[in-house]
Amino acid sequence: MRRGLRTRILGISGTLLVALILAFIVLPAFVVTLAAFNDRAILSFPPAKYSTRWFTRALTYRDFQTGLWNSLVVTAWASSIALAVGTGFAIALKRYAFRLKDTLEGVLLSPLIVPHFTIGLGLLVLATGLGAARGFAVVVVTHVIVVLPFVIRSVYISLQNIDERLELAAASLGARPGRVLTTITLPLLAPGLVSGWLFAAILSFNEFTASLFVTGQATQTLPVAMYGYVREFADPTLAAVSVIYIAVTAALLTVANTFLGLGKVLNVEQGR
Amino acid sequence: MLSKAVDLSPPANLPGTAPSPRPAPAVRLDGVVKRFGTVTALEETWLQVEQGEFLTLLGPSGCGKTTLLNLMAGFLEADAGEIFIGGDLVTATPPYERQIGIVFQNYALFPHMSVAKNVGYGLRMRGVGKREIAERVGQALDLVKLSGLADRSPRQLSGGQQQRVALARALVIRPKVLLLDEPFSALDKNLRGAMQVELKEIQRRLGVTTVFVTHDQGEALSMSDRIVVMSAGRIRQIGTPDQVYRHPQDRFVAGFIGDVNRLPARLEACAGERATVTIRDLRREVEAGALRDCAPGAAVDVFVRPDHLTLRPAGEPGTLPARVAALVYQGSHIDLHADLDLSATEGASAGGRVVVRMPGQGALATHAPGTEIGLLVPQAGLVAFPPEG
Repeated sequence: MRRGLRTRILGISGTLLVALILAFIVLPAFVVTLAAFNDRAILSFPPAKYSTRWFTRALTYRDFQTGLWNSLVVTAWASSIALAVGTGFAIALKRYAFRLKDTLEGVLLSPLIVPHFTIGLGLLVLATGLGAARGFAVVVVTHVIVVLPFVIRSVYISLQNIDERLELAAASLGARPGRVLTTITLPLLAPGLVSGWLFAAILSFNEFTASLFVTGQATQTLPVAMYGYVREFADPTLAAVSVIYIAVTAALLTVANTFLGLGKVLNVEQGR
Repeated sequence: MLSKAVDLSPPANLPGTAPSPRPAPAVRLDGVVKRFGTVTALEETWLQVEQGEFLTLLGPSGCGKTTLLNLMAGFLEADAGEIFIGGDLVTATPPYERQIGIVFQNYALFPHMSVAKNVGYGLRMRGVGKREIAERVGQALDLVKLSGLADRSPRQLSGGQQQRVALARALVIRPKVLLLDEPFSALDKNLRGAMQVELKEIQRRLGVTTVFVTHDQGEALSMSDRIVVMSAGRIRQIGTPDQVYRHPQDRFVAGFIGDVNRLPARLEACAGERATVTIRDLRREVEAGALRDCAPGAAVDVFVRPDHLTLRPAGEPGTLPARVAALVYQGSHIDLHADLDLSATEGASAGGRVVVRMPGQGALATHAPGTEIGLLVPQAGLVAFPPEG
């Protein structure tokens, strides 16, 4: 009996703890979402009266419109370039032995350690020196550098899950290296490529610190535009943008989950 | 019905049934060496696999057998020597031009393709027409008795079925050589036996030259035309199953194939490949091909199989005194472990543990541990080796 009681108490407190942790994670998004529907022109919680007018303002505000467009353009280019470059590096690191391999790996993964503002500042100085400051190219390059480590890791892990004997079997059956790549390696790597691209896109879409240094008025991305907004206004428009942000990201992940299975895309499941 | 098929005359798929009296061997290795860094995985190796032969590479893990297989397949490049397949020099030929069929231990089926697509892969890579692919894939699936499963995904198949698919995929390209890399080790015991019989039947029916890698001596003995016993990157012996089992040329081969007892003995005289030894006070004629020089009086080890020893009452003349240590029930037979008393043998260690294999159950009742017994050593089937070290 006593034993049973203790087990139950432990069980209940365990559930409680998990619930608390989950609540803690969800809380900021919850508060911001509610604040976005506040009718009054201040950021407060909980709202007394509800309205959707801040969403209208968020969607019609000029800087947010151009910021969103800029962000989409930069994200599309940066994550796609990072995917192509990162896949190449991941294959090189996984399959080939060469001099300075460890050094290359270190350099490729270093953006994880180097603060984003350092990367932004460095590229700003560099771009100014080259006379290309504040163009889209600089923003895209910055984002590629920032997201590259994540792409490489994602593709590398997927490569690890591919049994090399599949490629050997294909070769023994008469497939030349190029055909092994297109008929075996790439199809099996697809979930890893999608997940790598998705990670890169989400990170790039949310990137702020480095972007602050390398964007100008014409090239500012949505997070930078939001930062500019919050310095001038304190109404719930920003909360409304945040809600849109969350919705878009969630929609993206839902699509990925429906078509590929989130476990596979995020590499939390074993490949086979 | 299948035994009839075995008698089917020359293999239909081999082009080399032409006039030449001695066809080129299916595979020939001339002094092939493979190193990984400073480790020599395969020392200089010379080997011929005859057309239609079922040859087994047998040895413990790390003995070089898989390296040898990978060299034949072209997955590894030899550091020295030449490799010929069907008479053609292929040392520098990439795997996709060698026309080799291979079945891996984990089958390596393509998980994103159906069974039929897996089997047809090699034909698609060769640009064979669609209709012919469908026909040949159908034949190959018939051969391995999987006709109904063409549209399944490999994931939906049992281990045995996956292996059949892998076999069909390797055979459908009409390979010059079929390479099997421990194909049975992932199967449970009952299925393994059935698959071995079936694979052997298919191999005989098609007459396809097969090189089979295993560490399981039972598999090797039951399936092979010839066995290549390997250890530490070297071939120790090549011979028929009976030759390597009954006439091991090497201490390692004697110990690795089948269970074996070691009896310390003393060399008396030699005559060619044979010698006379004394085990305690018993004189026996033994095979002594492995003894490099004959020095009467030298210590040697005599190897004898557990089923060749016979139990006698203690003290019977012409037997070795021993004491029962344990009885191990094995179902079809009983293994009696006994400690030999060899104190009378000069220079021999105090004794040794031997195993006597007895059919039936009688011994369980009559030979409790501690019982004194006599061991009858046969006159034939003994092999002598120089002592270790």
